[in-house]
Amino acid sequence: MIEDKPLTSRMRSDGRAVSLQEYVAAGGYQGLRAALQLSRHQVIEQVAHSNLKGRGGAGFPTAKKWGLIPTDLARQPRYFVVNADEMEPGTMKDRLLMEGDPHQLIEGMIIGSYAVYASVAYLFIRGEYRQSNEVMKQAIAEAYQAGYLGQKILGSDFGLDLHVHTSAGRYMCGEETATLNALEGKRAIPRFKPPHPPVVGVWGKPTAFNNVETICCVPHILREGAHYFRSLSRTEDGGTKIYGASGRVKTPGLWELPMGTSAREIIFEHAGGVPDGCRFRGCLPGGASTAFLLEDHLDAPMDFMSLQAHGSRLGTGTLVVLDDTVCPVGMMLSLEIFFARESCGWCTPCREGLPWIAAMLEALEKGQGRQEDLHILQEHCDLLLLGRTFCALAPGAVDPLRSALKYFHDDFRRHVINRRCPWS
Amino acid sequence: MLTIYIHNEPYRVKAGINLLEACLSLGFNVPYFCWHPAIKSVGACRQCAVKVFKGPEDTRGTLLMSCVVPVADGMRISIDDPEAVHFRARVIEWLMLNHPHDCPVCDEGGECHLQDMTVMTGHVQRRTRFPKRTHVNQDLGPFVAHEMNRCIQCYRCQRFYCDYAGGRDFGVFGWHDGVYFGRAQSGTLQSEFAGNLVEVCPTGVFTDKSLAQHYTRKWDLTTGPSICVHCGLGCNTIPGARYGQLRRVYSRFNSQVNGYFLCDRGRYGYEFVNSDRRILQPRLRQEDGSLAPVAKAQALAFVGQALQRGKAIGIGSPRASLETNFALRKLVGAEHYFQGESAQKSAISEAILDCLQRGPTPTVSLHEVETCDAVLLLGEDVLNTAPMLGLAIRQASRNQPLEEVARLNVPFWLDLVARLITQDQIGPIFIAATGATRLDGLARQIYRAAPDDLARIGLAIAHLVDPTAPEVSRLPDDAFSFAHPVAEVLKAAKRPLIVSGPSLGSVELIHAAANAAWALTRAGKDARLCYAAESCNSLGAAMLGGGDLTAALELLRSGQADTVLIVENDLRRHMPENDFEELLSLARCVIAVDHLEQATTQRAHCVLPAATFAEAEGTLINNEGRAQRFYKVLPPPAAVQESWRWMGELWVASGRGEASPWPNFDAIVAALASEFAIFKDVPALAPPASFRQVGQKIGRQPHRYSGRTAETADQTVFEPPPPEDADSALAFSMEGTPLEPPSALIPRYWAPGWNSLAALNKFQIEVGGPLHDGDPGQRLIAPKPYPQSPYFKDFVSPFARRPQQFLVVPHHHIYGSEPLSAASAPVASLCPKPYIALNGADAAAAGIAGADQEVVLSLAGASLRLSVILDSTLAASLAAVPAGIAPFEGLDLPAWGTIAAAPAGGQRGGGGS
Repeated sequence: MIEDKPLTSRMRSDGRAVSLQEYVAAGGYQGLRAALQLSRHQVIEQVAHSNLKGRGGAGFPTAKKWGLIPTDLARQPRYFVVNADEMEPGTMKDRLLMEGDPHQLIEGMIIGSYAVYASVAYLFIRGEYRQSNEVMKQAIAEAYQAGYLGQKILGSDFGLDLHVHTSAGRYMCGEETATLNALEGKRAIPRFKPPHPPVVGVWGKPTAFNNVETICCVPHILREGAHYFRSLSRTEDGGTKIYGASGRVKTPGLWELPMGTSAREIIFEHAGGVPDGCRFRGCLPGGASTAFLLEDHLDAPMDFMSLQAHGSRLGTGTLVVLDDTVCPVGMMLSLEIFFARESCGWCTPCREGLPWIAAMLEALEKGQGRQEDLHILQEHCDLLLLGRTFCALAPGAVDPLRSALKYFHDDFRRHVINRRCPWS
Repeated sequence: MLTIYIHNEPYRVKAGINLLEACLSLGFNVPYFCWHPAIKSVGACRQCAVKVFKGPEDTRGTLLMSCVVPVADGMRISIDDPEAVHFRARVIEWLMLNHPHDCPVCDEGGECHLQDMTVMTGHVQRRTRFPKRTHVNQDLGPFVAHEMNRCIQCYRCQRFYCDYAGGRDFGVFGWHDGVYFGRAQSGTLQSEFAGNLVEVCPTGVFTDKSLAQHYTRKWDLTTGPSICVHCGLGCNTIPGARYGQLRRVYSRFNSQVNGYFLCDRGRYGYEFVNSDRRILQPRLRQEDGSLAPVAKAQALAFVGQALQRGKAIGIGSPRASLETNFALRKLVGAEHYFQGESAQKSAISEAILDCLQRGPTPTVSLHEVETCDAVLLLGEDVLNTAPMLGLAIRQASRNQPLEEVARLNVPFWLDLVARLITQDQIGPIFIAATGATRLDGLARQIYRAAPDDLARIGLAIAHLVDPTAPEVSRLPDDAFSFAHPVAEVLKAAKRPLIVSGPSLGSVELIHAAANAAWALTRAGKDARLCYAAESCNSLGAAMLGGGDLTAALELLRSGQADTVLIVENDLRRHMPENDFEELLSLARCVIAVDHLEQATTQRAHCVLPAATFAEAEGTLINNEGRAQRFYKVLPPPAAVQESWRWMGELWVASGRGEASPWPNFDAIVAALASEFAIFKDVPALAPPASFRQVGQKIGRQPHRYSGRTAETADQTVFEPPPPEDADSALAFSMEGTPLEPPSALIPRYWAPGWNSLAALNKFQIEVGGPLHDGDPGQRLIAPKPYPQSPYFKDFVSPFARRPQQFLVVPHHHIYGSEPLSAASAPVASLCPKPYIALNGADAAAAGIAGADQEVVLSLAGASLRLSVILDSTLAASLAAVPAGIAPFEGLDLPAWGTIAAAPAGGQRGGGGS
């Protein structure tokens, strides 16, 4: 039988992490053994053929990213960093992967490090994920003991040290380059790009930087082949995806489904639909920093390309669902308070613009909103674009707001005209 | 050069710069905050957005931050594009959301970059109605005031203080719109360069605390071009005055010397001008022994008679201008003119001048220091003796790591990325010193030893670099293991620099540094040699020549002299107490010309009030032999005048002639130049007094000067004419053309729309580059290629310990060791108390229990009661004492002394026995 849920199939029903023995018994570390038989270039080729795209939100082809790391080995050491600073509202997929099957991630990190000639790997875990931290540290210790980490891994010339770094806790730390600054012990502000981390990464050295879910896919590609991985998907983008749903659904949760599963299937089949008597109004498809999808858009495959036609994007693939019992302005207020608080304070539009947005939304919710506030909110949506801000935080913060102003404009206006929140 | 198109017009710009620099250099107004010409680009504030088009067909373009975009040939941009204009106005609006409306009570008001940029972008209407965020301010010490509510989070302060100047006690705290710039807790800023925050901050977060004591708006300040007098580097300054008081000192840009910055001694030392120790009247010793104010004529008659009757000698000063020393020399005759320094210090100044002129290695300006890629500091604690040299060395330490940045095709000005690539890598800096210095954190290797052993290190390095240089005998292993890698690294560097100076009182050290530099030059390196100088005109005084104070005393002892005319010098600081007393007792008549009361003026028979640097004009020669001109900032008080002018009047009073040979400044400069070949170019340093722009002088007061008619209204309702200035092309008024003056006469930076000191952009050939008609000042000395080995021979014996004795070495302090700045209240508050520092092992061996114990130091015939400081970094058998701080002023150090536990009782820190 072909395993159609490679990422989650080994996970135990009691919630405890899969142990090293269990993992090995289920075919674990075979991907690593396969990789070590290949040249590093061949590993990257395999991953390229699998059409694996980054699961952190941007959907950048993983093999392409690894391929950007200079082939000349002059600048040493090289680093392999995995971002487990999962703090996107509505998103908890990486936590499931780490706490459920930690060796899958470790194996992926070893293979990835091998592919990019990295000798040191860091797992940058969100500080509040205490259990993930514990589980990963224990699994890493097991892996060292079993010879999967350290010098001469599985008898090869390849050696790797893997460190867990616990984040001091900021949404910003999940931004690629801010993570690297945080890892270095600096303020978690984003870095200027280019040069990108493959050229100038952590400690100024070439660095691969990937999401947990992305790296968890890698062992399966190496073990079962690129064709297998592609065949798991319903679209061009290879593999399965951990989709999730939270908010106004009957049974919130996470499901490993073929890449390209529609939002309708996720919400109405897997999450049980909105509570009885309620009307679906919209959803954020990939965490808080993606634009709303409406009922009309729900049949689009949830992959990296298809949602763009509807002005949104896959993001983390974890949906936040809104129904007619919740005020969309209130939902935006709660999100923008989060984003304003999590701005790193480096660039002006984000640092100053987001708190202003939050203040106006709060005024609207309190019935103190003014007509011009709607204009200024719209203006911020037009101004806080990537390139005008220093990084993607503020553009991500206004993506849902822009779509809310478009799709729920009457609700915003009613707050001004009625001088109160209609849901209050 | 390449071509870019701005609004479809072609412009030639320098390759390798960024778009913001290009636009500003071309004279376009692009607003900016986080970018600074010296601390470069990080792209944080998003203020400098411009439209960049892909080609002539691209009509939409992309909004980019000009400070992070390199110029490219054929690039097409628009500054006036409506989208760019709108975005820039919105950025100001965001910055203004939390900025208080307190401009009227803000010390930055009127010269605020944020005000200028706000007006420039046209943001005039506040659209927010929400509460502003507030912060708690900190007490940052005597120099810098803190008002965080005004902060616009441009990060310049932290980038200057920590990244550029290496400060560790300052940073960014907090998050989102609550980011906070300051210290972990209130306390005096530890950096020697903290005062630059005042200039670096684009608004009123960091303001000048000394200015606040006697606050004046920029538009009410009378300003002029000046030179810092608090060390030998000759940093260019713009002091500002109002109501006869000096109010502040700001940096005056000179791309070759201090660039954009000043050290805190230079910035805050000025208050001595306002000191209540100022001498404002001629004083004459009365029958009852008191020193009483007298009329100028009476004083002149007295001194004239004394000079006529007696056998007079003149004692000049390393802190007086060339013109003043020259006038004194003419008045008393060359054979009766003395330099005003001890034999030791004179010898060092002469040795420095000799090494810079005689050897093959060129010296360096501060700017050139920044271009060196390997540095050996030999004995000089530059952050305390010549702080800006330390700042330049810190920049030099980045040059080797920056090579990697260039290899990765990252422009060096993209500071955010450059520092990521270089991380905490530091280029090769080596420090050989008697103890710890505040640059030690930069050092690849440190060697600590007695001055003689430091000199031997220099000589050993010279020999290791060039085997024809004399070998050093009996070099111990630890010395060799320092010298060898240093020699290797210096040889491998592109532009190695040897730094030394006078502060350890060792001519041998000066020679050793020269040997090392000359060896590198002979080995084919583009080496440089740099000496710090103690006083603002040490080298100028050495160039003028004249005997030292020992020779002067000898002349008095032999009876060949009985009258002493001392100009701008406190002899007590240059000779031990006994010699000082002997000189006073031998002299029948002592005349002192100076501006502050000090030991010599208190004992003189007649005192003539001299103008300070702020009330005089003159020429100073800095440590690299660069002649620089300073001008009056304010007219001297009624009875006060320049020392050289006093000399001219004494010329007449003593019957030497009917009139002063130097009726004005140009006359004395001409006389100086005609007599000394080395000074032949001094007249050309700046335009003469007759210079006019469109028939007008250059106004020291800005066009917005206010209250002119009211200033003296308490005395008379008639507005007096502005004081004449016959000595320069500058006027004490606001009259003048709006044209840009020649660079040597620029009294302030101000340009239409640019009220802050960022107006400087409009005075430069390119932003960050030289002033339009070149930076003022000229180096008067040049190296000489030597056909034969010029080396000084190995004459230094290894340091030999003496039982029960310590070699007492001077440790200099940025605040306290220089006397004029120490008379400035904010600086005085940071001066150390007298102490004696020993290393723990030595202290224990001498039976000293620990820190704070009272001991008696017997040194040069004096017994000094002092408190002990333990300093584990001090080399063995050394004791360090604070240089120039009572009771150590006037002592020639190093000198051997003994230490004993102090008997109970008695007074600390003073007194002979």
